[in-house]
Amino acid sequence: MARAVTTRRKSINTAIAWAIGILIFFPILWTILTSFKTEAEAISSPPSFLFFDWTFENYAAVQERSNYFRHFMNSVVISLGSTILGLIIAVPAAWAMAFVPGKNTKNVLMWMLSTKMLPPVGVLIPIYLLFRDTGLLDTRTGLVIVLTLINLPIIVWMLYTYFREIPGEILEAARMDGATLRDEIIHVLTPMAVPGIASTLLLNIILAWNEAFWTLNLTAANAAPLTAFIASYSSPEGLFYAKLSAASTMAIAPILILGWFSQKQLVRGLTFGAVK
Amino acid sequence: MATQHSRAAARLMISPAVILLLLWMIVPLTLTLYFSTLRYNLLMPGANPFVGFENYSYFFTDPAFTTALLNTLLLVGGVLVITVCGGIALALLLDQEMWGQGIVRLLVIAPFFVMPTVSALVWKNMFMDPVNGLFGYLARAFGAQPFEWLTAAPLLSIIFIVSWQWLPFATLILLTAIQSLSSEQLEAAEMDGARFGSKFLWIILPHLARAITVVILIQTIFLLSIFAEILVTTGGGPGVASTNLTYLVYIQSLLQFDVGLGSAGGVVAIILANIVAIFLMRMIGKNLDA
Amino acid sequence: MTNIRRALMGATALCVSALAAEAQTTITIATVNNGDMIRMQGLSNHFTDAHPDIALEWVTLEENVLRQRVTTDIATQGGQYDVLTIGTYEVPIWAKQDWLLPLDDLPEEYNVDDLLPAVREALSVDGTLYAAPFYGESAMVMYRTDLAEQAGVSIPEEPTWSDIMSAAEAMTDRENEVYGICLRGKPGWGENMGFITTMANSYGARWFDTEWNAQFDSPEWQETMKDYLTMMNEYGPPGASSNGFNENLSLFQQGKCGMWIDATVAAGFVTDPDESTVADSVGFAKFPNKEGVDNHGNWLWAWSLAVPSSTDAPDAAKEFVAWATSQEYTQLVAQEEGWRAAPPGTRTSLYENPEYQEAAPFAEMTLNAIQSADTQNQSVQETPYTGGQFVAIPEFQGIGTAVGQQFSAALAGQVSADQALQSAQQLTQREMDRAGY
Repeated sequence: MARAVTTRRKSINTAIAWAIGILIFFPILWTILTSFKTEAEAISSPPSFLFFDWTFENYAAVQERSNYFRHFMNSVVISLGSTILGLIIAVPAAWAMAFVPGKNTKNVLMWMLSTKMLPPVGVLIPIYLLFRDTGLLDTRTGLVIVLTLINLPIIVWMLYTYFREIPGEILEAARMDGATLRDEIIHVLTPMAVPGIASTLLLNIILAWNEAFWTLNLTAANAAPLTAFIASYSSPEGLFYAKLSAASTMAIAPILILGWFSQKQLVRGLTFGAVK
Repeated sequence: MATQHSRAAARLMISPAVILLLLWMIVPLTLTLYFSTLRYNLLMPGANPFVGFENYSYFFTDPAFTTALLNTLLLVGGVLVITVCGGIALALLLDQEMWGQGIVRLLVIAPFFVMPTVSALVWKNMFMDPVNGLFGYLARAFGAQPFEWLTAAPLLSIIFIVSWQWLPFATLILLTAIQSLSSEQLEAAEMDGARFGSKFLWIILPHLARAITVVILIQTIFLLSIFAEILVTTGGGPGVASTNLTYLVYIQSLLQFDVGLGSAGGVVAIILANIVAIFLMRMIGKNLDA
Repeated sequence: MTNIRRALMGATALCVSALAAEAQTTITIATVNNGDMIRMQGLSNHFTDAHPDIALEWVTLEENVLRQRVTTDIATQGGQYDVLTIGTYEVPIWAKQDWLLPLDDLPEEYNVDDLLPAVREALSVDGTLYAAPFYGESAMVMYRTDLAEQAGVSIPEEPTWSDIMSAAEAMTDRENEVYGICLRGKPGWGENMGFITTMANSYGARWFDTEWNAQFDSPEWQETMKDYLTMMNEYGPPGASSNGFNENLSLFQQGKCGMWIDATVAAGFVTDPDESTVADSVGFAKFPNKEGVDNHGNWLWAWSLAVPSSTDAPDAAKEFVAWATSQEYTQLVAQEEGWRAAPPGTRTSLYENPEYQEAAPFAEMTLNAIQSADTQNQSVQETPYTGGQFVAIPEFQGIGTAVGQQFSAALAGQVSADQALQSAQQLTQREMDRAGY
């Protein structure tokens, strides 16, 4: 019991940690609270914390004005679609890099990451023209393609670092037992790789969900996800804090809930090879 | 160890990703390179004549260019310092025994799930606004003049907002790394009577080195192209006080619709990003191989 | 028997409606998220009820995002939108590029001659209308009658800038968070530059001389900046350099501004008892001028609906544009929300309507301001450009915003007025040289 901690110490830890946790979470909490206020209440001074007339009028107003469900579905399809497509392309690549590394593996990997540094604003016009000519403007397909490509480097890298941690001896042992490549993949490697794949999947859904440049600029009405939904509530004429808060809450709630529930899975693989 | 056969298979497995990324890089890059040599403004359709390096010399002589370059570095550096230091502190704290650790962890990671545009809007309007924001109210409650965050310290405010978004990411990775530290090592140190300071400096920090490099690498990739937060909060100002390279390119290509100039800026930004990348890769490469 | 007949009829009806749905044209409308447009979206079921063959898709975005999206799409002929919400700045420039369809075939009952002449002219190129005005605005002074009385000042109907400055000084009460004057400071060609350009016009300044040389080194501009900064620093609210139309509106509505000089459309918001705490104590006055300069700024703007030439449903789109900017639509708004909410500044008939005059105390002042705005002779000096609070050339979005940044920095105290003007002069000249003027 060398590491036993006194109750006093534990209380202090708890107090500090909770204070910091609440402080960090406060902006989100405040947004959620504001979404239940009237517009006038939202900017009242002194600000009201919990004791105000709770109202759903902002949610009703947002619901009346925008087709939230369609934006939501677009976000789901685009983030899920691009992540799955990305995994399909990245798993074999990361696999090969991890288990059959060549001279240039590291360089290829680094080059892939560097493509992610392409500043999107500089290439919007060329891509827009390309999309116009291929009929991909304002389609989910178009966005799935773009988001797959911009997140692919991260996916490959994350999987690569995870796969690399899988000890090669296990494979050799399996091979000695006469396992074929197929057996190797299905029975030995897959179970070991699943946590890494799961956490890559989650991280990429989050990144794709929150991507706000391409999704806003390549869509109009049909494929517009929640990022476009937000842009219709920021800074109009007149008071808008409460409605903006309601829209923000609706836009971040799904991904926040997903993130919270899958926190353990997300964290397990989120090491990028940093933990030995 | 690897056979001829498995090498071929490996190449086959890597090629889809490589080809796709090559296309994704080469097609826009070629178009951008091509456009950067034209006098090409979308708002003034015409012949788009070839002008050689005119756009580049124009971009480099833009009085905002050096400021933007400096701001880019400050923004990336500032956020990195805050998130890495804050992340280590938070990770150490969360590693302690306490009640409700799970819930605290949920609270701490929440900002990572918030869209950049939403977080910028919330911070700008509901907190930093000197009249209606919460900070302004607090200042007045204590009898002080509200601080004008976005005008008096625009870059700092943006660094702050972005740090809030990325702190959870750093914390998570560093926390996992700390938790993998074997308790025997720590106990041994404790028995030697090591104080926290030296324990941290000689055991914990070296152990975290790899995690820290990973945090730096991933965040740098995202931070170099910070854009939404600037657009929503300060619009790059006042003056050019919070304009970074990405934003400068945005002004040229999507506000002035000067595709030629914007493309030249884009090419410059890509080259600079790659210089940073090479520098980083060297550093990471060393650290990851170790 | 009857049952079968009924079933058959039902089936036929279903088929017919299915066919109708098949033949439906969908038009995509890109618009700004301002209150009047949101109201239009809410009332658009009246349009679709009358036109079952047309379905509407709404893309409602914040102004800056909308402008960027719409401009990108029209300049690349992307064809994603069938109806665009644009302003008097874009219309003449885009019409000259043949990016907009002419609206010369509007129906008789649209009564195009009812449009206010100044607005109609601003939306026409060579006499042809290219966009239909949805609501229009000029600029004027809005002030708190109660605060003015309390401070013992009176604001004349046609104030000069020195009247405004002394009134601002008298009304300022920082202890109680009352600021004598609120003006735009947030950088942007459509934000602070809208106001500052108008103010400069009323000081006799101009953006360019007839040879397209930038004029920020002129004494008129120096005086404009000096007075603007004095007013804002001495009598303005904190954080003024990030206040745009919207921020000032909410300050005024909360009773924190003694005066606010801005777009006339704001009058409808500040007198709205639901949103404004000062609704019944607002007075109006003409946009100020400098003593000896006969110029009241010439601000003129109209949010308008236009049909891009890249549309694939021009007829349905025009149908909608005609409906949304018609007298019928105004009636509809009046019926549903009262006359005060009617979209202002587009039609003579609205201002002749006694019910509107009764409901909107600001009607006459708004009409006068719009009618007297002259966007051809915006300054007392000769200029090569048109536009009141902006310069109607494609480069202005970029230049105006960059200059706006400099002025905003001066307001934030980061550079001096002279430095700001000097940088403005340099960067404007640089851009103009590059553009080949």
